Amino acid sequence: MRSDKKFQILSHVVLIFFSLLAVLPMILMLTSSFTDNDVLIAEGYSYFPSKWSAYAYEYIFSTGNSVMRAYLVSIILTMVGTSLALAITTLLAYALSKKDLPGKGILTFLVVFSMLFNGGLVPTYIVYTKIFHLNNTFWALLIPGLLMNGFNVMLMKSYFCSSIPDEILDAAYIDGANEVKTFWKIVIPLSKPILATIALFAGIAYWNDWMNGYIYVTKRTELYSVQNLLNRMMQNIQFLSQSSSNVQNANVGLSSIPLASVRMAMATVGILPIIIVYPFVQKYFVKGITLGGVKG
Amino acid sequence: MNKKPLKKRIIRYLPIYLMALPGLIYLFINNYMPLPGLVLAFKKYSAKKGIFGSKFVGLNNFKYLFATKDAFIITRNTILYNVAFIIINTILAVFVAILVAEMTSKWKKVYQCLILLPYMISMVIVSYLVFGFLSSDNGFINNTILRAMGKEPIQWYMEKKYWPFILIFVNAWKVTGYNCIIYISTILGIDRGIYESAAIDGAGKWMQIRKITIPLLKPTIIMMTLLAVGRIFYSDFGLFYQVPQNQGALFAATNTIDTYVYRGLLELGNMSMSAAAGFYQSVIGFVLILGANLLVRKIDPDSALF
Repeated sequence: MRSDKKFQILSHVVLIFFSLLAVLPMILMLTSSFTDNDVLIAEGYSYFPSKWSAYAYEYIFSTGNSVMRAYLVSIILTMVGTSLALAITTLLAYALSKKDLPGKGILTFLVVFSMLFNGGLVPTYIVYTKIFHLNNTFWALLIPGLLMNGFNVMLMKSYFCSSIPDEILDAAYIDGANEVKTFWKIVIPLSKPILATIALFAGIAYWNDWMNGYIYVTKRTELYSVQNLLNRMMQNIQFLSQSSSNVQNANVGLSSIPLASVRMAMATVGILPIIIVYPFVQKYFVKGITLGGVKG
Repeated sequence: MNKKPLKKRIIRYLPIYLMALPGLIYLFINNYMPLPGLVLAFKKYSAKKGIFGSKFVGLNNFKYLFATKDAFIITRNTILYNVAFIIINTILAVFVAILVAEMTSKWKKVYQCLILLPYMISMVIVSYLVFGFLSSDNGFINNTILRAMGKEPIQWYMEKKYWPFILIFVNAWKVTGYNCIIYISTILGIDRGIYESAAIDGAGKWMQIRKITIPLLKPTIIMMTLLAVGRIFYSDFGLFYQVPQNQGALFAATNTIDTYVYRGLLELGNMSMSAAAGFYQSVIGFVLILGANLLVRKIDPDSALF
């Protein structure tokens, strides 16, 4: 049909436009990171620099500097965080999915209420710094806000309720399997899609998080994740451009302000893991959001 | 279901309670232990005396807060940005969703994948991307676009008048791919038979979209909008803090309740104001979320949070 054909062509044009809009900023970052630094200063960030150079990457990977260290912190943080987050979310969600669990109403309320009302930054900051003394430890990157959230718990709970038939669980119980065994042998194997989705949500949240490090890690710069390092670098540049009196302050955690091309290379390296895994995990992400419905 | 006696069930489910325990402990620490700290909004905080030893000052913190210009600016910015986000992001998400869902070519997967990509990137890196375009010395816009047009460079990080547009654009860029997912799945859930009979009756594609797709998307749009309205008192801290790079010259256009609370607590050492603004956000935010969810529950119980 003619109008359909026209619609399809127009859709392609519009969606190509949107897709370009989505990726072009990242491509500018990539081309800038491969630009010769002098050319970059003269011509600015550009898609077609007049002189290419891989110096920025040589610099990052050769000098055994803070970049590699921050990378390691980010990797460890993401792995530990994702595993722990997945474990405690799954366990709590499974309990909430038990239809005749005594006290289920209270537990569900506690989770839902945490999504509706929170103390905000000030009281949370005081609890973590004054009571638990997490500041300037690795735990500060791991724990505040990220380990579990009500949305993921409810998402998983509704998956358990809707996708694992009660008959199987009842049959296992009648056959003498206890609750732990049922969970481990039946529920977990049946829940792989949702486990992948929640792991993905948690993994992305940990890799991208900069707030915990920014708020709680103020002294020990060796605990900086990639995001924190990038963040600090950008601030240093701002300090320098605003006033020279702040130079001493600005250099905390970095021996010197990296070149413009190096900065963009570091940012590129910072999103690299996401870009690499993204094509493979994208479908679990979309599935998870669809499952969550409009709540997301 | 035929329920067994309570005692028997408790014994049977003992392992389940143990399994739930780590999550509950975390919830207690992360979400419930801070709640008593809200009382700080009514106190003059002294680090030495702690939250509960600090002097009670009644509503003084709020009096000071609302006597400043800041209270008005942060409330206005938070709400107006959210309103703009809701309107623009909804239009974009629905538009993209319709194009993707109605597309027959396999390419639609690629488009969807690319448009969702910005959602996966941290705000710190987004601030680098924005800086790549807006940096006054090296930025792409000043050096390439404005130069080609023969225009003078603009000090983007000094001029607040541009920032409402920049932030709205950056936000839309980041979230459109995410927001359209739910609309796409709604459209794919529509019975194809309706479209086929419309086509037989001679309705072209535009007509089908106008008369079938959009009306059937309406409940989802209403629900999403209501839930977004429920969060109108909250803002994306990363967007408003990282992207404008915490530039003082831009505060009038970029300060929201979340950035104000942060700066009060950790940059200006103004704990009382910060606590008061945080309390103000928590309470009004709670009322709005509760209200929005009650409304949503009336329309579609499955979509409500509770």
